[in-house]
Amino acid sequence: MSSPPTAPPAPPEAPPQPPRRPGGGRAVLALLRNAWRGLTSMRTALVLLFLLALASLPGALLPQRSLNQQLVDQYFTDHPRLAPLLDGVGAFEIFATPWFAAIYLLLMISLVGCLTPRSLEYLRAMRQKPVATPRNLARMPHHAEGVVDGAPDEVLERVRGLVKGWRRAEREEAGGRSVSAERGFLRETGNLVFHVSLVGLLVGIAVGKLFGYEGQVIVLANGSQFCNTSILGYDSFRPGLRVDGTELDPFCIRVDSFAAEYLPNGQPEQYTAELGYQTAEDVRAGDTATWRADTLSVNHPLRLDGERVYLLNHGYAPRFTVTWPDGQQRTGEIQWQPVDTTTYLSQGATKFERPGIADDATRQRSSIAITGLFAPTSSGGQVVTSTFPDLLAPEAAIDVMRGDLGLDDGRGQSIFSVDQSKVDSGELVRVARENMVPGQEITLDDGTKVRFDDVTQWVALQVSHDPGQLTVLVFAILVLLGLGLSLSVKRRRFWVRVVPAGEDPDGRARSRVELGGLARTDRAGYGEEFDRLRAELLGPAAGTTAGTTGAPAPATSRQDGGD
Amino acid sequence: MPVDPMLSEYSDLLFKGALTVYVLAMVFHAVEYVSSRTRGAVPEKVAHEPAAVGARGTGSADLGVVGEENADVPPPPVSARKAGRSRADRFGRMGVSLTILAVLLHLGSIVLRGLATERWPLGNMYEFTSAICLAAMVAWLVVLQRTAKRTRGLRKLGVFVLAPVLILMFLAGTVLYAQAAPVVPALRSYWLVVHVTTVTLASGLFVVPGVASILYLMKRSGKPAGFTAKLPEADVLDRLAYRVTVVAFPMYTFAVIAGAIWAEAAWGRFWGWDPKETVAFVAWVIYAAYLHARATAGWRHVGAAWINILGLAAIIFNLFFINMVVAGLHSYAGLG
Ligand code: HEM
Repeated sequence: MSSPPTAPPAPPEAPPQPPRRPGGGRAVLALLRNAWRGLTSMRTALVLLFLLALASLPGALLPQRSLNQQLVDQYFTDHPRLAPLLDGVGAFEIFATPWFAAIYLLLMISLVGCLTPRSLEYLRAMRQKPVATPRNLARMPHHAEGVVDGAPDEVLERVRGLVKGWRRAEREEAGGRSVSAERGFLRETGNLVFHVSLVGLLVGIAVGKLFGYEGQVIVLANGSQFCNTSILGYDSFRPGLRVDGTELDPFCIRVDSFAAEYLPNGQPEQYTAELGYQTAEDVRAGDTATWRADTLSVNHPLRLDGERVYLLNHGYAPRFTVTWPDGQQRTGEIQWQPVDTTTYLSQGATKFERPGIADDATRQRSSIAITGLFAPTSSGGQVVTSTFPDLLAPEAAIDVMRGDLGLDDGRGQSIFSVDQSKVDSGELVRVARENMVPGQEITLDDGTKVRFDDVTQWVALQVSHDPGQLTVLVFAILVLLGLGLSLSVKRRRFWVRVVPAGEDPDGRARSRVELGGLARTDRAGYGEEFDRLRAELLGPAAGTTAGTTGAPAPATSRQDGGD
Repeated sequence: MPVDPMLSEYSDLLFKGALTVYVLAMVFHAVEYVSSRTRGAVPEKVAHEPAAVGARGTGSADLGVVGEENADVPPPPVSARKAGRSRADRFGRMGVSLTILAVLLHLGSIVLRGLATERWPLGNMYEFTSAICLAAMVAWLVVLQRTAKRTRGLRKLGVFVLAPVLILMFLAGTVLYAQAAPVVPALRSYWLVVHVTTVTLASGLFVVPGVASILYLMKRSGKPAGFTAKLPEADVLDRLAYRVTVVAFPMYTFAVIAGAIWAEAAWGRFWGWDPKETVAFVAWVIYAAYLHARATAGWRHVGAAWINILGLAAIIFNLFFINMVVAGLHSYAGLG
């Protein structure tokens, strides 16, 4: 439907020719050439598109590491035999496997190899004159003829007016003249823009994968700060392949407050966090005194020059103060983890090392951890659960543990729980269990006081850096425009042949006019345009209806291609 | 944001009303189909043949390139039509009228939903599915209207378009039904409105080519003979599939891009291979393959039709399976 005007169908479809025998070099060349032809054929493109679709599908059906490691682990537990096999072919990280990359890279190569000759062909066709008027216009799908008043020159003048804006050529023919006109070249342009933009899109995505990063960090919404100075500042960090974390833009964020609005049924309506921030330029310029204000909310990230900061989640950080019998005091405030995403029942562990004691052993023995559950809106009663995510009636059900927390062991431990092995070994023992509301204080057996002071909110922020993003957006828009053009523009041709047809009884010249039309795309709709042109030239009633004059045609048929 | 219970009740009523009228319309179209004449006996069709043949046989440089146009043949002379209206014609007309009525009720139901919840009425599976059905039916009416002059004989296909739509609507009204309610914060965004609206429209549009492709394959196979004989020419079905697909595909492309723009604002990345995104990608690639197939020797007809059906399968799979079974960021579809 859209081969270049004069050439045989552009997408090279020729099956690879059998390689010829003679000479090693030649044979290799022939092989390469055939491989190239095969690769750049439409059929290969089709196969590769299929493969791409097929290869992506497991990405939706099997758990993926990039999305949820726990689900992958679960899969390993559920399918101990199958999972390692699947893992062997990268089924849990489909989109990072070499074979997935191979498919789309081949597709891109095929695309370039296919589209380059096609574009050259197209450029050539653009410069050439429209094809000569076929001898037998009656064989065109649209055809009409008639005799009209006026000398051929006058008729031709009218024709020129009608096909203004078309590419056209006039030719002298035996006995008369003909005009061939064509239109709709934008379709090719669109097709080209579409495919080239696909490559651009991929390049943009690749840039992002190489040089981008994504980091998550929890910040207390009480004026705490986070600065993007090193990977270590993050709770989790996913670097691009070429990111080592040494050249981060050193912007800073200060989270002043967080607010959530809820519907009566507990469904959140809106989250907002009030921020102050300093851009990397501010920091580099040494301007660390002023903070710019911004409000972060869901769907409204903070957009800095190179980074975007998102509000991903929130939660509660109960604040406890421990006063040891010797009067030493420590206040601890660390995020607890929401375990129920609708009621924000949270769990966590706030840990205190005893200060002011030089002796390691004693210090370790009298460290304190407060673990348990926190309900923003407590159900009340003995067993605390949460009934609402907002901070309406906060209550914490805590265990106070005393002993060795194992913080000096050099092993990392979860910030949300105590080291169970210390509990098992008896080095860490529970010394109290209590339900507490803010302001409440309990005294332990040794006189240590534990007070539940208050609750602070925390926010989970994500910092994203993707230098390819704008490129991707631009090419995505071009993809769309190209597609729109190529699918909506019709390529069509129109021919007019004018020969003198004697004179009418009054002695005025007359002309015989024959029209032909051919649409070269799959879309119907040319008929109306052709009819209009015909009516303009031959008058409304004149001529023959398109289609009904079709000459008996060679018995090619659409049916034969399909099977 | 409170929900207006009365409006939402009226919305539900209109939905049921629309469903009922669609059923009626389907019955009328079914009668039309059954009492329509077998293809070939209908005079209007005869006028098409030479055109189609002529297009294939242009003998020009284009020979062998797909899809020269051969559809736009002016209507047959009036004299060729039968005087008076056959039963098929009467039932067909009533079927269309009923469909129009049902579409209006359906539209009303969706608008009232939006008014009741004071938000864009595409916030859960019930609402998506209902809107997809509406889009499919509107697309169908537009096709009928635009082809009325040229390709007669499409109308009796109404029964085949209505059947899947009714199944979807029935599911929407029962399994998927969700009380009118506001949506979670992540779903409040203009891009989201743009995204779900276009994706819904495109999905609805894709139903028509999917159905046309299935009928095309049946027509080509010729089995069961009694049934397929009444179908329009294979060519007509093929073209119907193509013409609707080329409208739906760019719309779908736009919808995916809008979704990516929204995801960038909501989740911190424009694309993350979330299951929903993955299947959307798969569906997109399948429809790209369909358009390719139409320019590939040996794949133009039967192959392309299969691919189109596969595309619709992917769209439906994405709507139901992914939302209901596979957990992902997208799975706040308002179920359970
Ligand atoms: C990245 C994968 C590709 C995608 C998603 C894709 C998608 C599309 C789409 C949607 C169309 C229809 C729009 C139009 O007619 O302009 C199309 C047409 C076309 N594609 Fe691709 N394509 C891809 C790769 C390729 C490759 C590798 C080739 C070459 C072998 C190719 C050659 C063509 C040609 C020649 C057309 C025009 C067909 C016609 O004349 O209608 N494409 N492609």
